[in-house]
Amino acid sequence: MSVLHIINKSPYDRSSLDTCLRLAQPDSAILLIEDGIYAVQKNAAAAQKVEQALANHQIYALQPDLEARGINPDNMIDGIALVDYDGFVKLTTDYDKSQSWL
Amino acid sequence: MATKKFLYVNRTAPHGSIYAQESLEVVLIAAAFEQDVSLAFIDDGVYQLMQNQDTSGIGSKNFSPTYKALGDYDVSKIYVEQESLELRGLGKDDLMPLTYEDEDDDWAEKDSIHVVSSKELAEIIDQQDVILNF
Repeated sequence: MSVLHIINKSPYDRSSLDTCLRLAQPDSAILLIEDGIYAVQKNAAAAQKVEQALANHQIYALQPDLEARGINPDNMIDGIALVDYDGFVKLTTDYDKSQSWL
Repeated sequence: MATKKFLYVNRTAPHGSIYAQESLEVVLIAAAFEQDVSLAFIDDGVYQLMQNQDTSGIGSKNFSPTYKALGDYDVSKIYVEQESLELRGLGKDDLMPLTYEDEDDDWAEKDSIHVVSSKELAEIIDQQDVILNF
């Protein structure tokens, strides 16, 4: 059963991303939304674990949340795919279920 | 009314909760009462000052341009912790430029943002009369 893991908290404020990465199966995907977006930044303390996770998981980031936070797409870790709200809805239907790590 | 030194400590990211916006409102009110106001941005609070925030896609108010009004309210002491920036892969260039006009120096436009070390920030906190956290 493939799972879409959704992260909406900053990796520097909560352990949501760490717990997700520890428990996500290799065929599952990760979608970063709201303050979860801050995990996309290159050359940051959380970047290494996100880069490692890209070996096993598709990682997506919600573009409107990226723009709201002023993060330059050029400073995003390579390999993370941007999606819009329609893409968000499609992801929730492409995977068997969603797990929101609040 | 005696002037007191107020420090507003901001440690939350801007759009995931209401804290950042509420803090900014309170800062502007306190500044209108001509108190000695300083702002500190620590941890995820540094994200509040990111350049080019565009909330049109998420349907919430973009309050980030309001920080640029702080200089007009004589709020010119804005301290950003260096360690918090570095941990997040950010530098001063990622932050919006904030300035004020110095009345003691022929209204010269000067930088309000001071990137400071933890050690320097600790001393700034120590010098305050009132500390408010958001």
